[in-house]
Formats: sequence, structure tokens, C-alpha cells
Amino acid sequence: MSKKSAWDIVMLARDSQRPKAKDYINSIVDDFIEFHGDRYFGDDKSIIGGIGRINGTVVTVIGQEKGSTTKEKMERNFGMTNPEGYRKALRLMKQAEKFHRPVITFVDTPGAYPGLGAEERGQGEAIARNLMEMSRLKTPIIAIVIGEGSSGGALAICVGDRIAMLENSVYSVLSPEGFASILYKDASKNKEAAEKMKITAKDLKELGIIDDIIKESDNQEENLEFVSKELKEYITKTLKKLNKLSTEDLLNLRYEKYRKIGKMEE
Amino acid sequence: MVIDKIKKVNGTEDEKPHKNTKASDMLVGKWVKCDACKEILYKDDVHKNLSVCPNCGKHFRISARRRIKQIIDEGTFEETYENLPETDPIKFDGYLKKIEALREKTKIQEAVKTGFGAINGNKVVIAVMDSNFLMGSMGSVVGEKITLAIEDAIKDKLPFVIFCVSGGARMQEGMVSLMQMAKTSAAMAKLDDEGLLSITVLTDPTTGGVTASFASLGDIILAEPNALIGFAGPRVIEQTIGQKLPEGFQRSEFLLEHGFIDKIVERKDMKKTLAQILELHKN
Repeated sequence: MSKKSAWDIVMLARDSQRPKAKDYINSIVDDFIEFHGDRYFGDDKSIIGGIGRINGTVVTVIGQEKGSTTKEKMERNFGMTNPEGYRKALRLMKQAEKFHRPVITFVDTPGAYPGLGAEERGQGEAIARNLMEMSRLKTPIIAIVIGEGSSGGALAICVGDRIAMLENSVYSVLSPEGFASILYKDASKNKEAAEKMKITAKDLKELGIIDDIIKESDNQEENLEFVSKELKEYITKTLKKLNKLSTEDLLNLRYEKYRKIGKMEE
Repeated sequence: MVIDKIKKVNGTEDEKPHKNTKASDMLVGKWVKCDACKEILYKDDVHKNLSVCPNCGKHFRISARRRIKQIIDEGTFEETYENLPETDPIKFDGYLKKIEALREKTKIQEAVKTGFGAINGNKVVIAVMDSNFLMGSMGSVVGEKITLAIEDAIKDKLPFVIFCVSGGARMQEGMVSLMQMAKTSAAMAKLDDEGLLSITVLTDPTTGGVTASFASLGDIILAEPNALIGFAGPRVIEQTIGQKLPEGFQRSEFLLEHGFIDKIVERKDMKKTLAQILELHKN
């Protein structure tokens, strides 16, 4: 496999031809039924949520969807989630807890939507609430970054027992362009920033931020089929392991998983 | 009289009298212009007024040290985890040097102070963020100290009070800083599960990853008047919507109106308000 730079991977992760959450849901979730709305304000189409079967196991699936066509991208707000999207996700996760089914999330967003209404409706609170509730949700959670996992807007559906990334996805505290313009005072240093920030699956696995990397095919045309197969295997295998744990152990291990990131002794 | 003013200025708690300097020199740096009402004020008068403009009521940003003095009963503050070592997870050029220089310059170790103390006799675990240190940004030390403080509250079954001021996640630490949001929020969940009280106080500015984690998760959320509180920064939003933001957008009063905070509390009333809430939770 050719050696890609971090920026090459950013470009791949953002490629509009790349399979999206909807594509993976269609190809790996049987009997999928989508549910809508946060019950408070509206239905955020940047998040697809629902239930279905993966290899026979009923799961709740939550995926950020950027859209493929121009029209769909507009409808889905380019995958930039509003508070009602995070609240819909949380509502469905609480339902998963009630019915003892695992939660699978697909993360793909340039960030939480920085709009007027988003602030009025408490974007910060919505993200914070998800972090808190996902840390103690009494059912297994597997989160998978499938494209662009940018900032708090990605993290808000990316807390769980196992965090995986597709080989050509990125996960970052902010975009390389943002990082370059703030820390290098020069937005054109985006490539340098991408390298420096450690945002690739490989770097983040080394840093202990993610657990697993899911392989992709070098051939973009067959990537959906290839990744779907990998995803299905990964989810099945991981759920089998997580299902063996008692709820207490599951939650303790989840707490420890985050507790140890950036831990130091006096 | 000028001489009286100089004496008054020299008597401030923070700065030692400069002997052998001219009167004109002594006055330099003793005045401050309020950035809200533009009034020229004696620093001393401002400090005596809890760093609130005596003319217009603007709440200036204050150091963690000064905040603790205002809130915690004298002699009860026991600082914890003062010397956690810095980490440099993504080996960002010059980061550790910058931290070292900041420690030297600001005489503080990091962007949050934590410890035990009493508020009108009510024992609490308290964390106070400090905007003088990299704009209160949350890296691994800040996240760790806040988490340790919350865990102390759980261990000792004490209420947890945190004063927030932050520009958000500390970018120089890359993804490790983003993960501090998850870590502190998980600790807040544990505190909540234990049935313990948390009070978060939002001060100017509380934004980004801090708003999107522990700051928004208090049982009771207070704010100082006119503090900037939000997730996205005002400039980013203006760029997104392509227009100027309305007056008062993302200020405490706006958040109160939209249902995201419990109460706006002036600095002069903060200690007694906290004490009142703490006492009402005793049983």
C-alpha cells in the first residue's frame, strides 16, 4: 500500500464520493427503520437514527450524514449537526438502553453547526449532555469514525466502549485549516498542520485515543463493499466481547478508558 | 491631594511600594481604563470593589487566586494537585517552553486551581479556572485536575463548585485535549450518580469545549453578568451566517432568557448565593 501523507488522508476522508453513513447502514443493517425527531424542537437530518439488525443482532444505529448530491448536502446541512440532532441521538440511545440493545455510531462531520439558532438552542449543552450520558449508558456502545471526525461535534456521538476509525478517516480537535490559522497564523499551512496534529487512525491508535483501525480497499470503487464487510465483522466480533461483560464492568471499563487519557502523577 | 492618592495606591495588597521612584512613575500602572464605560479608575478602587467597575458594574476578569479569596473563607483553602507535570502529547513545537515561560510570567502553574475550602462554613471541593494562563484552555493538566477534584468530592461526599473561564480545548495538545471533555463529563456523571451537588459558575468568557462539557453539566448553573458564554465563537458564527450578531448574543442574559442558566449573580452576591444554595442542600 502506498504511503499517504496526513493531508492525503484528510482529502480522502472528505471526498464527496466516499461512502457515507447512509451507505453503510444500507449495506450492513438489515430491516433498518429510521426514527425521527428529538421531541423538543425538530428533526435534524444531519443525523440518521434508527434500529435494525447487524448479523442478526438488533442494534440502535446513529450516523452523521453529510449527503451525496448537492440537494442532499443542503438538506443534511453538510453533516454539521444542530442541538436537536444531538438530542435525537441521545433520545435513541436512551431507548437502546431501555431495550438492552447495543448502540453503533458512525461519525462523519466537519463540526457542530456554528449558527445563530444552534447557539440559541444550546449547542454546548447538547454536546455536554451527550458526553455525560454516553459515559454511563447501560448498554455497549461502539463508535466508528467513517470520514471526518471534527471537534466536539464529532465527540458528541463518539464516546463508547470501543472507538474505531476507518483507515482513511481523520479525527481532530479542529480542522487542519483552523489549526494552521490559529497556531501558525497562516491557513495555507494546512498540510503541515495535518501532519503535526496527529489526526490519522494510525497516529491516534498510537496515542491511545482509539482502539481499532478498520481496513479500506485501495480501489475506491469497491471500497463500500470492502469496508462494509470489514465493519460487519468488526461490529459482530466486538459486540460478542462486550456482551460478555456485566453492566457494572462495562461501565467501569468505559470510565477507565477515558480516565486514563492525559493522566499524570504529581 | 496627589500625595494621598499615591499613598493609597501604594497601600494595595498586591503591589509593594516602589521606594526611590518618582511620584509620576508610581502612578503609571496604577490606573486602569474600564473597557466598557471608558472611565479611568484607580486599580485599588477596582480591586476593593471585587474587580467590578465602580462606575458601570462591568465584571473584569480575575485571577483564580483573587477569586478564591473572594469566595472561600479565610484560611480554609487547601490547594490540591498544584504540581502536576505538563505533557506534550503531539510534541507541538515550543509548547513546553511556552508553558514554562507562562509559569514564570504569571506565577501560576496552570489554567485551573483546585482544592478544598469552606464557603461561609460549608465545606466544598472547588476548582477555579484562570484566563491568564493560555486563555483558560483545557489541556490534559486542566482536565486531569478537574477530574481529580470531582473524584475528591465523590470520595469525601462534598459538593463540587467550579468557576469556569475558558476559550475551549487546548489545541496544542491535539486530540488529547478533546478527550478531556469526555473525561471531565464522565466524572460529572459519577458525581451525579452519587447524588452529590454540583454548581458551575460561568464567567467571561466560557466557550468551546468547556461549555460543551462540565460547564453545562452542573445541577445548578450560575453566571456572572454579561459574560460571553457559547459553544462556537462569535467570529466563527458571523462568518457562517454572513452577518453581524445581534447585541447581547451569547451573553449571560441571553442564556438566561433561553433557559440555559439558573441565575445571574453579581460578584458581590456570589459568595452568599453559593452559601445559600449549599445550605439548602444540607440534610
